[in-house]
Amino acid sequence: MLTALLIGFPLLGALIVFFVKGNAARNFALGLSVLEFVLSLVAFAMYKNNPACTQLSFNHTWVQSLGINFSVGLNGISLLLVLLTTFLVPLIILSSYKNEYENPSSFYGLILIMQMALVGVFAANDGFLFYVFWELALIPIYFICLLWGGEGRSRITFKFFVYTLAGSLFMLVGLIYVYNHTNVEGLKSWAVQDMYNAGKSLTADQQGVVFWLIFIAFAVKMPVFPFHTWQPDTYVNAPTQGTMLLSGIMLKMGTFGVMKWLLPIVPLGLERWGNTAICISVIGVVYASCIAIVQKDFKRLIAYSSIAHVGLISAGIFSTTQQGLQGAVMQMLAHGVNVVGLFLIADILLRHTGTREIDKLGGIRGMNGNFAVLFLIVLLGSVALPLTNGFVGEFLLINGLYQYSAIAAAFAGLSVILGAVYMLRSYQGIMLGERKDNHLTFGSLAATDKAVLIIICSVIIAFGVYPKPLNEMAEEGVKILLSNIK
Amino acid sequence: MIKLIALVPLFPLIGFLINGFFGKKLNKSVSGVIAAGSILASFVVAVAAFVELQGCEQKSHIINLFSWIKSGTLQIPFEFLFDPLSSLFLLIITGIGFLIHVYSIGYMHDDEGFSRFFTYLNLFVFFMLLLVLGNNYLIMFVGWEGVGLCSYLLIGFWFKNTAYNNAARKAFVINRIGDLGFLLGIILIFITFGSISFDNVFAKAGTVSTSVITSIALLLFIGAMGKSAQVPLYTWLPDAMAGPTPVSALIHAATMVTAGVYMVVRSNIFYSISDVASEVVALTGIITALFAATIGLLQNDIKKILAYSTVSQLGFMFLGLGVGAYSSSVFHVTTHAFFKALLFLGAGSVIHAMGGEQDIRKMGGLKGHIKITFITMLLGTIAISGIPPFSGFFSKDEILAHVYEHSKLLWVLGMVTSMLTAFYMFRMLFGTFYGKFRGTNSQEHHLHESPSSMTIPLIVLAALSVLGGVLGLPEFWHLPNWMHHNLEPVIMRPDPSILPHDTEWLLMGLAVASAAAVIFLAHRMYRTYNVLPVEREEDLKPVAKVIYNKYYVDEFFDKTIRKPLDLLGQIFHKFFDIAMIDGIVNGVGKAVTGVGSVVRLAQQGNIGFYVISMVVGVVCIIVFTFLIK
Repeated sequence: MLTALLIGFPLLGALIVFFVKGNAARNFALGLSVLEFVLSLVAFAMYKNNPACTQLSFNHTWVQSLGINFSVGLNGISLLLVLLTTFLVPLIILSSYKNEYENPSSFYGLILIMQMALVGVFAANDGFLFYVFWELALIPIYFICLLWGGEGRSRITFKFFVYTLAGSLFMLVGLIYVYNHTNVEGLKSWAVQDMYNAGKSLTADQQGVVFWLIFIAFAVKMPVFPFHTWQPDTYVNAPTQGTMLLSGIMLKMGTFGVMKWLLPIVPLGLERWGNTAICISVIGVVYASCIAIVQKDFKRLIAYSSIAHVGLISAGIFSTTQQGLQGAVMQMLAHGVNVVGLFLIADILLRHTGTREIDKLGGIRGMNGNFAVLFLIVLLGSVALPLTNGFVGEFLLINGLYQYSAIAAAFAGLSVILGAVYMLRSYQGIMLGERKDNHLTFGSLAATDKAVLIIICSVIIAFGVYPKPLNEMAEEGVKILLSNIK
Repeated sequence: MIKLIALVPLFPLIGFLINGFFGKKLNKSVSGVIAAGSILASFVVAVAAFVELQGCEQKSHIINLFSWIKSGTLQIPFEFLFDPLSSLFLLIITGIGFLIHVYSIGYMHDDEGFSRFFTYLNLFVFFMLLLVLGNNYLIMFVGWEGVGLCSYLLIGFWFKNTAYNNAARKAFVINRIGDLGFLLGIILIFITFGSISFDNVFAKAGTVSTSVITSIALLLFIGAMGKSAQVPLYTWLPDAMAGPTPVSALIHAATMVTAGVYMVVRSNIFYSISDVASEVVALTGIITALFAATIGLLQNDIKKILAYSTVSQLGFMFLGLGVGAYSSSVFHVTTHAFFKALLFLGAGSVIHAMGGEQDIRKMGGLKGHIKITFITMLLGTIAISGIPPFSGFFSKDEILAHVYEHSKLLWVLGMVTSMLTAFYMFRMLFGTFYGKFRGTNSQEHHLHESPSSMTIPLIVLAALSVLGGVLGLPEFWHLPNWMHHNLEPVIMRPDPSILPHDTEWLLMGLAVASAAAVIFLAHRMYRTYNVLPVEREEDLKPVAKVIYNKYYVDEFFDKTIRKPLDLLGQIFHKFFDIAMIDGIVNGVGKAVTGVGSVVRLAQQGNIGFYVISMVVGVVCIIVFTFLIK
């Protein structure tokens, strides 16, 4: 029941916010999203107490003749991702306080609808329901990017929409194909466990086809090389909060999808194609890192670094080792938090100086030392320095990948070096040295920006030093997942 | 006290937090006292624990703090190991660290970033202590990368200077190259042994095939090459001299750069098993030692001379490790920490007196003006040159004796290196303190001895440099070699061979005679004939020019790695990403639009199009039917 509430509450919140006029909308949105976070903490505590508790699952018949149920539930991995979502949404809303958006009630309402869809994607235990939430998530973000985005947004947003939608349609075909092979006492079923059984009953060739049908949708969403070209433009053009939603949470739909809706359905397909998937993921890591090095716009640089990070996550998932999968979960959490921090920093730079061009900035360290320290901490989380949240995931990922292939691990591990290259280079260009433009000033941070950055930095260090609460849950979740794949 | 060993890293952490959060509001002297006091507290605890360990039967103590990372069979507790090796490093780090903190209070007194400096410095000590205290490779790695971060922050301490920032970034990136090797090594250890805790791993090391052990040892050694500045990953260390001088003394001479030695000694069982890995270590060591020593001959910046000397001495330590002389190398780490910290701090005092000047061509005749600095630096120079009974003589001699057993050729090269060392060190000493003053009048007027917060650490370190040899007196003199006995429990497979006594005497005599001869030569050159360092680069002879420019290694890496990497990024971006992949994606989009515009005709009631398509259709059907039949 609580899970259904976690999905329904943001929708209710969105309806309220739609009818609130002016800037009060954002206060409502913030308050409601904080409540949602508290709810998810309750769910977290309940699960910790008793992983088998029934309050976290909910099942209601929807379309009986087609075997569709409104069936949702949370366990280790999905609960962590819901927690990430509910943690980030209030921060994303808070980070928007210095941006004056037109028509705020629609803007914040759409963010809450987005949250509903995201929680739904993570919680769905029914294939059809999963697909519905999956597509539903695209609608609010489409409008957020289209209506509040930057220059050239209509073309870019259109491309993003068509690209991801096309990918999703392949997935729909794949899921229906599997659904058609389900057989529960003569009836068909969308239930996740039945889908697993049906998928495993397919021949290796069939599984291979289904693998690609479903994987393409996830590959586009993450995105992994070479399905990524919609991403940089979309990230750069979207309003900051849209970019945060896309990179912080939405891309986890892809990686999560692979874990829950791909690997356990087609284990033989994985056996045949997993190698290819790891290859393109690992190529993407180095490829995107190299491109990030030459970027001039800091926001675009983060966009490419995100492709590199997600490539490593994807490679770890396809290694299907305990460490690789667990590292993927931990890195999804860490990346979500860190990338929101980085995009906020890009936004702060733009608001304070009017530019994000690395070459035009410089010398900000001398004008605002606190900002420099917060920026540095986020950066260290992003390059996975030990005792930051990024390290736990990265170490486990490379570890898992090494068990699959030492060469792949060494190659993907180059991101350890390349990440330091592009991150430190941009930090130096933006923050250090003398200012290149004498008119450049950088005053103190707005209270809301400061609050968000401090929260993010605290999380980066806290879960780098003591990852146990999250890590334990990820470990259990991955064990269950692995037992489903075998 | 051993049970409370976690206090040792805790104090600097507290100091870091206080200065980090409230440093700007604190009075400078309060800030400095907190920073230095926290290290002193650590030192006291470390000494107490050290004494306790000496009286203890059990030589290795594990102190568990909490469970850090767990994933299936991979279990990584946050755990400390207190044993003879870590206890010795704790004393070096906190002891010398404390002296350098005290020195810094004087040295950094007028700097506006005073409290920021101590924030970083305390954080550095914290990570360095984690590095040597960890009971598994990942905790070591935490410290390892942590000190790298602090090194980055401190090299670029004066963040407005672009050259300094570049040096800082270079240090971090090159270290990360090594770190990747280290990380992969740790993972291979886990895959091989199912654990990364030292006790579990070392106990099983003998049961695994030698080729796997070799891979592990070599991967770990890549990490050591980065951190301890071995060829080819050494180029960051000379540039790192951009940081304030106390940083060079603490991080880039006495402690952090010896982390690689610590790691190899800690993992000595791997290197004892794998001859290949040991050969690689020894060869890398001697190449680095020789290479850096030649560069040191022609440097004119007093800190750069010391930096190349450090690289060279580190190479010497790895040479020792490669021939299995683990405890001798640790001994050399210890004495080197004494005299190199002394030399750097002395150089800092010289620079202080000269108002920021670092070029020895602009110095000369300082011995009358800054007497304490001069005398202490003289002692340090004698110590590093290997003149008995100063500390450097004993540690260097021990390594050379082991090298001689192993390979005569390496011994000859080692001897050449130590002769070069004595030469460039006395060149520096004569250039700085003897002859006529070559600076400006205002500089000469400004010359003064440093405050006592700076000279007292110099005096203490000088005493240690002179007397440090007692820690490892030669066994063939029938004297107790404390260092050797202390480390016995840590060295799993000690090298049993012993040289005949007369050979040892002969080697020792040769070493002393050659050092004395070289010093005499340097004296003739720089004192009797007053040869001055060449003023302009153009006047150098071709070979000298190559050496002066550090064999163009930086330029080589710039051309072969940095530039191609940028180019690769541009190609990936402009050609692959925008033109090719996105081109295909957009092409698909256009194709769909194109097909759509053709198909659209079918829906628009255009009679002409209908007629044509009908005719074409009928023709196609007829042709098709015939073809099939």
